[in-house]
Amino acid sequence: MGTVAAHGLCKSFGKVQALDGVTLDVPDGSFFVVLGPSGAGKTTTLRAIAGLEKLDAGSVHLDGRDATGDAPAARDLAMVFQNYALYPRHTAYENIASPLRARRRSSSEIAAAVERMSNLLHIDRLLQRRPAQLSGGEMQRVALARALVRSPRAFLMDEPLTNLDLKLRVEMRTELTRIHRSLGATFVYVTNDQVEALSMADQVAVLKEGTVQQVGTPTEVYERPANRWVAGFVGSPPISLLACRAEGDRLVGAQGWTLPRPRWSTAENGRELLLGLRAEDLSVEQRGNTSLSGELYGLEPLGDRTVVDVRVGTEMLKVKARPTVAGTPGERLHVTVDLDRAHLFDADTGLSLSRAGR
Amino acid sequence: MAVSVDEAVSTVPARDRPRPTRRLGGRGRSLVEVALLTVLAVLMLFPVLWMIETSIKENRDVYAVPAEFFGFTVTMEHFKDVFVGPDGGRSALSVAFLNSAVVAGVSTLLATVLGVPAAWAYSRFAVKARKDQLFFILSTRFMPPVVVVIPIFLMYRQVGLIDSKLGLILIYTAFNVPFTIWMMKGFVDEVPAEYEDAAMLDGYTRLQAFRRFTLPLLVPGIAATAVFALIFSWNEFVFAIFLTSSDSVRTAPPAIAGLIGGTTTDWGLVAAASVVFALPVLVFAYLVRKHLVAGVTLGAVRR
Repeated sequence: MGTVAAHGLCKSFGKVQALDGVTLDVPDGSFFVVLGPSGAGKTTTLRAIAGLEKLDAGSVHLDGRDATGDAPAARDLAMVFQNYALYPRHTAYENIASPLRARRRSSSEIAAAVERMSNLLHIDRLLQRRPAQLSGGEMQRVALARALVRSPRAFLMDEPLTNLDLKLRVEMRTELTRIHRSLGATFVYVTNDQVEALSMADQVAVLKEGTVQQVGTPTEVYERPANRWVAGFVGSPPISLLACRAEGDRLVGAQGWTLPRPRWSTAENGRELLLGLRAEDLSVEQRGNTSLSGELYGLEPLGDRTVVDVRVGTEMLKVKARPTVAGTPGERLHVTVDLDRAHLFDADTGLSLSRAGR
Repeated sequence: MAVSVDEAVSTVPARDRPRPTRRLGGRGRSLVEVALLTVLAVLMLFPVLWMIETSIKENRDVYAVPAEFFGFTVTMEHFKDVFVGPDGGRSALSVAFLNSAVVAGVSTLLATVLGVPAAWAYSRFAVKARKDQLFFILSTRFMPPVVVVIPIFLMYRQVGLIDSKLGLILIYTAFNVPFTIWMMKGFVDEVPAEYEDAAMLDGYTRLQAFRRFTLPLLVPGIAATAVFALIFSWNEFVFAIFLTSSDSVRTAPPAIAGLIGGTTTDWGLVAAASVVFALPVLVFAYLVRKHLVAGVTLGAVRR
């Protein structure tokens, strides 16, 4: 068992409202990712669940039992910190053994558990070293081993991969997913990296300024963003947003363009909207009958693809194209739009208008 | 990564570090430098040298005119007199030294035991009006002892603490606790709170987390702070002379001062007592010199 339910978490630091009614329901055995930019309250949420932060309001239930006022030790959770927080005076072995020593397990049991963990994470040759003698990736593995060495209700991970270089981060992503599958345990994982969120999560909660914007599977969050902010935050390159208005069966852009109105759109006539277009739903290479015209602003070659920046009036479109695409800035071109995959948002509230009809 | 106190405090003694590049093509310090440093050294060290010389001179050599720097008869009589009384028993001075050791030791211990957890609390917890509280604590040190000694004298007379070692211990502790809190808070701030967070999730209580994981990292800071407190208590004169009177309670500073005056002054004895008085501080400062430097810079400088 390992369900984590945080309801209505509120926490302020002085004048800063770090958490403003955060509610998360983490099912047993899921890989639950809390995604958001820095300062969104992700770490505070995690620390509140761990019992390291005293809440102004809200409750934390673990396995259905109210644990709001419990001490961290009583919650039976394990946590991996962003800076690893390995004890500097202790060897890797002692660091990994610490949770078991705190629980007064026998030394033979501790030795067996540490050995099992160090084999799993390939750190068996580092056990006698101190944190200062370990590289970032090794420290990260030791910190992970310290959390995984026992079987708590849930594992809390605070941006554990942020301090690693890119190659190692990709490796560890795969490894963490593998560990999660093999343990079948509940993971609550905080990150500001959407790639981590989309690739590892069963469920993603998108956080902004201490409020939950959307909870859903990675696909839901990407395909059906609840509002323009989530749409803009998730996805790389970011979604392009064009101001427009619904008029009959057409969308009339603020920059003078006209597109057929998507069939699923139910917005009433005259309503101010934002048309959200993802880079992969746009094309400069094939001609279709739904297109926008603009001028080439710049090219961003990324190896496997090139992002073409197209200026439509004063607004900018980011278009995904093949790496071989060429052009000179200022050149006129047509951007074909896949309107079935477009998003519409209310210009005032920012809420999605696309969800119901899809 | 945050730097632990241990890593920040270099274990390399100062003299092993590469010296700054010398001027004049590596031929040593300039003449002006040498001259100024010599003058400074003579000015600073002459009283100390004279004290040591006087302490081992016979009384007639002490008054010799012109003064004898070399070639006098060396005697250890004065040092014997510091510890052994004229009747062969313990001298009043040796009792005073013992009193000093007890008063300074106990007050330093108390200040450390009270001050270190307080500093930890001020560093780690969201104490209400923390800055105001810390300022209040600091403000108790604004006034020099001589300003408050009269009211304290009157209060002590009321409660019967006058002329007692306990009275001195309490007042020295009261003076050292604010200092300890302020200096230790700097050290605690340097130790990441995450170690304690991690320990609490490992299953330790908050106090266990502090004791097992933070306290060991604070040892250099505690040593530096305690030595400062010890030196203050050991050297303190004003409270000691006002609040104590009997030989069995009096500490060394007023006891040594009391040797001067009357019809004759035994300068040899004064000098010998002063040497004995200065030694413990020198030894302590030497033992923890590494941490003293760290304590002064690490506690004060924000990085």
